[in-house]
Amino acid sequence: MKNKLIFSLLTLFAISLAGCGGQQAVKPSASGTGQSAGAGQGAESAGAGQAGGAQGSALGSQQQAPAVVLHTIHFAFNSSHIDSKNRAIVEANAAYMNANPQVTVTLQGNTDERGTREYNLALGERRAQSVKRMMRVLGVASDRMKTVSFGAEKPVALGHNRAAWRLNRRVDFVYSD
Amino acid sequence: MQHSISMSAGRSRWYAMLVGLCLAIFAQTAGAVLTIEITKGLAHGLPIAIVPFSWSGPGSPAQDVSAVIKADLVRSGRFDALPTRDFLSMPHADKQVVFKDWRLIKAEALVIGAVRALPSGQYQVQFRLYDVFKQKQLAGFLYVVTGAQLRTVAHQISDIIYQKLTGVPGAFNTRIAYITRTGGVHHPVFRLQVADSDGYDPRTILRSSQPLMSPAWSPDGTRLAYVSFEHGHSVVYIQNVDTGARWKVADFRGINSAPAWSPGGRRLALSLSMSGHPEIYVMTLSDGALRRLTDDSAINTEPDWSPHGRYIVFTSDRSGSPQIFRMNADGGDVKRLTFEGSYNAAPSYSPDGKLLTLITEQQGQFHAAILHLRDSALQVLTDTSLDESPTFAPNGQMILYATIVHGRGVLATVSVDGSVRQMLKTNEGDVREPAWSPFNHQLQAN
Repeated sequence: MKNKLIFSLLTLFAISLAGCGGQQAVKPSASGTGQSAGAGQGAESAGAGQAGGAQGSALGSQQQAPAVVLHTIHFAFNSSHIDSKNRAIVEANAAYMNANPQVTVTLQGNTDERGTREYNLALGERRAQSVKRMMRVLGVASDRMKTVSFGAEKPVALGHNRAAWRLNRRVDFVYSD
Repeated sequence: MQHSISMSAGRSRWYAMLVGLCLAIFAQTAGAVLTIEITKGLAHGLPIAIVPFSWSGPGSPAQDVSAVIKADLVRSGRFDALPTRDFLSMPHADKQVVFKDWRLIKAEALVIGAVRALPSGQYQVQFRLYDVFKQKQLAGFLYVVTGAQLRTVAHQISDIIYQKLTGVPGAFNTRIAYITRTGGVHHPVFRLQVADSDGYDPRTILRSSQPLMSPAWSPDGTRLAYVSFEHGHSVVYIQNVDTGARWKVADFRGINSAPAWSPGGRRLALSLSMSGHPEIYVMTLSDGALRRLTDDSAINTEPDWSPHGRYIVFTSDRSGSPQIFRMNADGGDVKRLTFEGSYNAAPSYSPDGKLLTLITEQQGQFHAAILHLRDSALQVLTDTSLDESPTFAPNGQMILYATIVHGRGVLATVSVDGSVRQMLKTNEGDVREPAWSPFNHQLQAN
């Protein structure tokens, strides 16, 4: 637990860098392109977010660092289908895990607020399992991956609009070793 | 800017320990206050005259009993309380009633009463209800209660008046449970609260920094089952509302959710995903024995028992989109109940078993609705767009649900015919996932 790796939070624009394949420092960005109305500012705790950024950078210098890897993928409403854009993110995470065999991941499934809470709890699990299946096909052992669903209960954006809903329909990759 | 949750698995275990320490069970009045706003009433309610009750005793009584009765009846949307200033007389006893005085101001019903402080420290409350045109007493009771029971006796009198004048039992002497969320994304605080049906006396029975979900009343009104994320994942608990004692009932691999009590209170239907996908199970509470009722690779959740325990309705997307299904309580004879629309979920039976309330999607909007089981007619009840968690009042007259109004989570009620609406708001944060208690035990009349 001491060596927990808390990954930095990356902005949407970083996805364009993901394909570059260079050794990018993993850094949180204060200004992003995703600052749409109602977009949520943050994760579980502000402190964790900051510390995560710092540790993520340190990790990059100590280990076989991945290319800039996003740790969140997004979904359409009431869907657990991973489209090609998000598949690239899953592939980058699988590559990272294959290169760092000591790392394990928790796949946290989430939904937007629309619909009913219990159904959304189930949908969040289905999204996390859908990512787990794809990761397994990409060579990551099942016992290195856990899934959990928070349904609609842990939004990153608190607005009641399309921009917030889009950000909240997600699976987060949360790593530890 | 887009963030992911930055809590590692290791951290979340540590976090869960912290949460365990921070969890507190409260019995005192705390937290947000609920206020009720009538947003739509009947154009012509029954005109009723409620004479302010007389008071004999030192100072003033702890509660204004007749004011509570008047607020209850007005809030139901079915009565017009006539203004006191129009009253031609102020009777408090049977022999003071002059029916002509009430016919002149077009009152159809009259309520009189008196509250008296007793040497024992208790209160004597008496009331009488009259039909003005028939010049006849419809009800009259006398109670001896403590100061703490004055509001309860007022709600109970409202229930009697409601029943005598509408033919349907009142549900004023009941409670509601709900979840509040305060704080922003970073440090949310979740509370499971219980208040009187008029929003009075809210008590926090559980507070957590992690989400709380899905409160469900036991049929005897003493316990709540709910889902808590205090261990970093969904776990089902049961808690005694009055003592605060709580115990874990389901903490299996995967999702533990959607508790629903059997009518007798000895079993709990649940949605558990230990098999890989969410299935409906029934747990016998005395020994924790589980029986699995569904078996397919779809989502199966949100079970609810029919009033006599014969059926269980639930939400499943086995046919592609979430729809309502019904099965026998042993899992047999599964039948799809909804065919209209691409999203029907969270079914809940009416007390007479003839209706379901549920959430239905129409043009991207999620509305509380009623499904008439006899002819499968689906009736949308609201014009709000993010409704959830609909539940019937124990008398079947109103549906309580949660929605978003002006960006805030609020509770709302709507009468089964859609004609009467109220909104219950907290002074801060969001309120959601309401559950209406069963009928309370009655105070004995003398």
